[in-house]
Formats: sequence, C-alpha cells, structure tokens
Amino acid sequence: MTRLTPSAKTIALHVGVVLLLLALNFLLPEYHRGVFARVLVLAVFAMGYNLAFGYTGLLSLGHAMFFAAGLYGAGLTIYHLEWSVWPAFGTGLAAGAALALVVGFLALRTTGVAFMIVTLMFAQVFYLMTLYFTTYTRGEEGLVLPQASRVLEFPGGALDLSDPSTRYLVALSLFTLVLGAILFLVRAPYGRSLIAIRENEERMRMLGYDVFANKLMSMVLSGIFCAASGAAYAVLFGYVGSGFAAIQYSILPLLWVLVGGAATTLGPLIGTLFMFYVIDTASSYTTAHLLVVGLVLIGVILFFPKGITGTVRERWLPWLP
Amino acid sequence: MAAVSPLLETRGLARAFGGLRAVDGVDFALPEGETHAIIGPNGAGKTTFVSLICGRVAPTEGRVVFDGQDISQMPAHKRVRAGIAYTFQITSVFANLTAFDNVALAVQRQLIDDHARGLSARALTEHGMDALEKVGLAEHAQKVAGNLSYGHQRLLEVAMGLALRPRLLILDEPTQGLSDSEIENFIALVRQIGEEATVLLIEHNMDVVMALAERITVMEQGRILAQGAPAEIRANQAVQQAYLGG
Ligand SMILES: Nc1ncnc2c1ncn2[C@@H]1O[C@H](COP(=O)(O)OP(=O)(O)OP(=O)(O)O)[C@@H](O)[C@H]1O
Ligand SMILES: [Mg+2]
Repeated sequence: MTRLTPSAKTIALHVGVVLLLLALNFLLPEYHRGVFARVLVLAVFAMGYNLAFGYTGLLSLGHAMFFAAGLYGAGLTIYHLEWSVWPAFGTGLAAGAALALVVGFLALRTTGVAFMIVTLMFAQVFYLMTLYFTTYTRGEEGLVLPQASRVLEFPGGALDLSDPSTRYLVALSLFTLVLGAILFLVRAPYGRSLIAIRENEERMRMLGYDVFANKLMSMVLSGIFCAASGAAYAVLFGYVGSGFAAIQYSILPLLWVLVGGAATTLGPLIGTLFMFYVIDTASSYTTAHLLVVGLVLIGVILFFPKGITGTVRERWLPWLP
Repeated sequence: MAAVSPLLETRGLARAFGGLRAVDGVDFALPEGETHAIIGPNGAGKTTFVSLICGRVAPTEGRVVFDGQDISQMPAHKRVRAGIAYTFQITSVFANLTAFDNVALAVQRQLIDDHARGLSARALTEHGMDALEKVGLAEHAQKVAGNLSYGHQRLLEVAMGLALRPRLLILDEPTQGLSDSEIENFIALVRQIGEEATVLLIEHNMDVVMALAERITVMEQGRILAQGAPAEIRANQAVQQAYLGG
C-alpha cells in the first residue's frame, strides 16, 4: 500500500465525498433525494457560517440576514422584475456581500457578547424590514416563484430547476464549488491567519496583521457564501418568505456547525444532514420532537465535544482540514 | 559635530493607568545598531514603556519617533511593518499550531510586503526554517507549539520576532524561566541578532545584561533613573541603592 501525504489524503477524501453525493442522486428514493437536495443547499449556509464562526472565531447570531439577503435578492428580482435566474442569483450574492460589508464594518468594532448582540440586532432589523415591506415580500406568507421562471439558461440549452434530479445536481454543484473554495481558503496562508486571529488576536497584531481588515474580509466571504445558499434556495425550491430571516435561521447554522464540527471543512455538511434527520425522525414518532432534538444535542455535546468531525479529527485523523 | 539622528526617539512619553503614572515623561534615544538594555525593579514601567513604542498601549502624552518619522498615531500593526518587532514578556505563541506555522505567520506577513520575492510556498518554507534554525528549533518545526518545553516556547517567540526581519527588535525578559545552558545559547543568539538589528532588551538577569548591552537604561517608577555604559551603571550609587541591592 502506498502512503499518501496529508494533502493527497485530504483531496482524495473531499473528491470521494462529492462522488458519493453524486451517486446518491441515482440511488436515493425520491423523498430522501429531496431532503438531501435541501441539506446540500443549507450545508452551503453552514459552511459560510463556519468560515466566520469556526475559523475566524466570530460568534455571530445574525447570519440569517445574509442567507435572507441572497434569498430576497434572487427571489424579489425574479418575482417582481421577471429577471432570469443568473442575474437574479448574482443580485442575491451582491446583496449578501454588501450587507456583510456594512454589518461587518460596524459590528467588528465589538467583540464577544457585544458582537453577538450587535449582529443579532442587525438581523432583527432585517427581519422586521421583510415584514414592513409586506407589499413586496408578503411577509411570513411569502412568495411562490412561478415554475416557468425557475429555468437556468445556458448557451446550449436550459435546465428546469423544479425537476428533482436537476435540482439535486445543481445543489450538488453549488455545494462542491463552495466546499472547494473553503478547502482552498483554509489551507492557504490566508486561512492560517484567520485561525491565528481566532487563537490570539493580540499576537497577530504584533506580527503586523491588520486584524480588523482580515476579520472584515472573512465576514464578507462568509456573507457571500450564505447569500449563495439563500439565492440557490429561492430558485431551487421556489419559495421566499420572512421565516428565513427570523432568529431561528441564525441559530440553526450555529447548531449545524457545532454538531458537525467547527473549523472543519466537512463538519457543516455532516451537522446539517444529522440535524435534518434527527428532526425528521423524531417528528414522525412524537409531537414532542423538540424534546428529542434537545436530548440528542446534549448527547452530541457530551460524547463529541468538538462536533462529530472535530472529534474524529482529534482522536483518529489529525490531518483532516 | 554631525549628529546622526537615532533610529528611535521618545519625547515626554507618558502613560497613566488611573492615578498611577506607569511611564512618566520619558525622553529616550536609541542609535541604530545598538544593543540596549532596560533594567529596573518590578513595576518600574519597563513593559509599559516598550508597549508605547510598539503601539500595544496608547500614550497619554508624548511622542515616539522612529527612523525620523513621528509614529505616535500609527496603529501597532503598521509599526510592525515599519520594522518594530516585539516579543512578549508572557509567552504568547499559538499553542495549537506547529512551531513552523507559528513562524510562517510572521514570514507570510513579511513576504506580502516584500513585493520582490512575493508570497510563494518556497520562500515561506525557506524563511520560516531559516528563523527556526537561528534559534536552534529547526528539528522541532513540526511539533505543536503548546507541547514544546517552556524554554523552547520562549525561543519560538524570538524566532517569530526574527522572522519579521525587524530593524528594531524588542525583547521583553526573554530569558525568564530558561535554564543556565539555555541562557548561554541565548546570549550567543542575541549577539548574532545584534549584528543586523538594533536590539532593545528588558532583562532582570544582570549576567545577561552585562554580557550583551552596549548601554543600559535604569527605570524606576516610570522615570529614567540613570543611563550609560555597563561600567558606569555598575558604579552608579543611586542605581545600587534602588536596584542592584547595594
Ligand atoms: N493595563 C494596565 N492597567 C493598569 N495598570 C497597569 C497596566 N499595565 C501595567 N500597569 C501598572 O503599571 C506599572 C508598570 O507596569 P509594567 O508592567 O510596565 O512594569 P515592568 O517594569 O514591566 O515590571 P516587571 O519587571 O514586573 O515586568 C505597574 O504598577 C503595573 O501594575
Ligand atoms: Mg514587564
């Protein structure tokens, strides 16, 4: 058996995961394929959150606003302006990036609990705005995007995004792209400096790093990934509503990342998938499913204190990125 | 007489913490190339004084001039890039990263500014290993910093400072907690560093000070009590009473 370098192992593992997910498109029963497509899109949200929280140490409680910025940026332009999917998706990304830049610029002046509260307040303002402009957003009830508008046009043809297989494959493509980007980022010198800022900000400043600028950059990248997830959600599932801007969508990515493993590349996927199926299974047996979810969470924290992937890395596979 | 302007100068530099004047109007000049020691009893204000120089602490009064430029308003990270490196009194390495990654963080920042070389993986490895080699930690490059012995962590701290290729290296009690043989090596290391950079050394161990310093400043209660060559300081009455214990 040949011995692989950590770097080769890492790449092989990530390619393997993507190929497995690709195979699942053809193997999974219809219901589960739908769940997986949703999980893949939301895992992108979790990966974006992980960049800020896991790698840079920015515990934000307001990331729903970046997801929702992407969701509304894409959804509203399609619904009201009848834009096609590409420019609508781009609008979603731009909205997320701009919002993250402004919020980051103001919120990053604080740290710790103050940062949590400031991000929470910004997200709350965003949520209330989606309710206030109910003429355009229809608030909690939301907008259903017409099926005819959810078509991804290519020079050589077009993809109907409401088709389950297409939807799964597009979700997987986005997931793969973002996974690759995160993997590249965290292994590059820039990733090392983000981790180091998380570990010891003062030391980094005394090594000549502009800590604020680095954090802001991390926040903007995180915002873009989360917005990509939101925009993809709008066009793939055809629904845009205020619920996605509410506080629980700021808490969820934190849970997914904690369960899957903060500051690991695959943790967000595993955490999102795990939580989806725990909730799904629990709610099919009992109406008190949140109780079960709570118990499972306590179990995970007890037995996997660094999240599933984080604990695997610590005990068995130290080379995991 | 042609007065060569010093590399570093402070004028009326002061810092108060509440009512306590930790640094109290210090005028200080450090010529380029000198290895200069600051000594003084605990709480004299030595760490606070150098923290004002490197920008970790903001002054309440006074100015800092580096290489002819007033840097009093400059944020700390820019002072580092201008050539002032500070190694912490309390060891402050990245405990979860390897020794190499610790210096690589310093090197990569320095390479980003060095447009001629640029940030390549090769230059990163080369410069990083070079800094580790200088302090004698090359064989520990892949060890997690938190698992290194205390003495080695102090040396890693110095290596990070060196990797920045500073013009002025500030060492805050670098030999604290080192064994006698480690101190021997350390003296040789600082001599070597002193050939390329200006060194400002805070030190309690008088053997180290006497072996290395070209000039010495004695601080007490935030002020400069005496300044001069090692022999003058040793002979100074006031210093003996205040510090050398007599
Ligand atoms: N951040 C701070 N807040 C309040 N007081 C401080 C602070 N930093 C230092 N001081 C006080 O200022 C005085 C000078 O402290 P400083 O650390 O500069 O002394 P030092 O000469 O480096 O002492 P040592 O030899 O013990 O390292 C001390 O009385 C200290 O308690
Ligand atoms: Mg001190």
